[in-house]
Amino acid sequence: MEKLQLPLTAESVRSLKVGDPVSISGVMLTGRDAAHKWMIDTFIRKTRQPEGDDLQVYEAIKPLMAGGAIYHCGPVVAGLEDKHYRFVAAGPTTSTREEPYQSEVMEHFSLRAVIGKGGMGPKTLAACEKVPAVYLHAIGGAASLIAQSVRKVLNVHKLNFGVPEAMWVIEVEDFPAVVTMDSHGESLHAEIETRSAQKLEALLRT
Amino acid sequence: MQDLRDALLELIRRTSTDLPADVQAAIEQAREVESGGSAAQGALDSILENVALARENSTPICQDTGTPIFYVQYPPGWSTRELKTQIRDAVVAATEQAYLRPNAVDAVRGTNSGNNLGDDAFPTIHFEEVRGSELIVDLILKGGGCENVGAQYSLPDSRLGAGRDLEGVRKVVLDAVQRAQGKGCAPGVLGVAIGGDRGSSYYASKEALFRPMVDDNPDPELGALEQRLYEEANQLGIGPMGFGGETTVLGVKLRGMHRLPASYFVSVSYMCWAHRRRRMTVQADSIHYS
Repeated sequence: MEKLQLPLTAESVRSLKVGDPVSISGVMLTGRDAAHKWMIDTFIRKTRQPEGDDLQVYEAIKPLMAGGAIYHCGPVVAGLEDKHYRFVAAGPTTSTREEPYQSEVMEHFSLRAVIGKGGMGPKTLAACEKVPAVYLHAIGGAASLIAQSVRKVLNVHKLNFGVPEAMWVIEVEDFPAVVTMDSHGESLHAEIETRSAQKLEALLRT
Repeated sequence: MQDLRDALLELIRRTSTDLPADVQAAIEQAREVESGGSAAQGALDSILENVALARENSTPICQDTGTPIFYVQYPPGWSTRELKTQIRDAVVAATEQAYLRPNAVDAVRGTNSGNNLGDDAFPTIHFEEVRGSELIVDLILKGGGCENVGAQYSLPDSRLGAGRDLEGVRKVVLDAVQRAQGKGCAPGVLGVAIGGDRGSSYYASKEALFRPMVDDNPDPELGALEQRLYEEANQLGIGPMGFGGETTVLGVKLRGMHRLPASYFVSVSYMCWAHRRRRMTVQADSIHYS
């Protein structure tokens, strides 16, 4: 088990290989569909003007994203009434929906780790080589278990996106995951997809 | 009419936090099949640890508590309008108590209602009047990840060489599993409807998911196809979470319907390993959960 402390250095990322189990500690950010679209539209492709607290949030997340990790997660959160937020259930969501955006977000912010489930495609894999960065697979559905590694909720941005889509700043300790896409062009997902497609071909002929 | 709000809240709590024993047994069995020390076995170990923890702490098994889908069988004398109000109230209470995540997003405006109440189909409630005196409420919580990998095929499908017969059904179901990879949180359970129109077919494919994990299809021909699909889907090698391995599906449930002469739909509802389904039975003053 490789222990990773956020933020990550390029060197530590390069040392990781597909199949390595890791345990992550430090401060990270959750972000999924609405957050990725917002970052791309407002700050990367700039198809919309910043409004409201957009610039303020951008400045707040930049230092967390540099060398940091984004977690594709829409948590169940207790303490919404009095803002004493606590993650009750916090497993990963399916990452592939961010494939159109992820590589640009990684390059823009120098993000070194993307955490989610189900893997991502060739654009993200290419960004992993370039930045460099890794894709870390958490166990889908293991939400109560993963919530235990979330020690503290430090802040929340864009709560108007809704609880699942907001960007939560969390401090984690020993968050468990597996490297399934590395910075050397290897992807477990591409490999399994190819192999299962060949097997399917064979079964369709029988 | 009885006030069932607290009882319905308890149904939601149990469904979200307490995985049914038959599903857990299927996951435990899968764990034994995977090779020791593999990523696949590690994933199943984490899943089983999580199931125990969620039950003990009464917290959601998965953060995606999905669309709550209720199937209500009610004897004569009950008001469906009143039952619907009570179910919606219980959903709001369950969201406040963090058994459910606020999941109802206005598709046009992008706003989350915050309390899991959306339009008439959110939560989804199906009513059917039945004989006797028992009121039965079935609930399934089906998350978005697995809902997104569901698929509907219209046979014949020339890409897959799938004709309008059970052999064609076999081909498209295997295709759906291969395309899903690990994205629906494999190992999953397949609910498959053969026939119907586009709407009724998907509806029936979800109903099929209420069958016990181990049972016999009343139609022996479909039963044989279920067994074959179970074995062949697991030969695809996708494995738990798509890590590779022996277990890609935990079960296959098929259901035949009637169709129009021109249509031959096959609808596949993929349910993740966190197969959260529970039943509440109300008989006079006594309430029973299973």
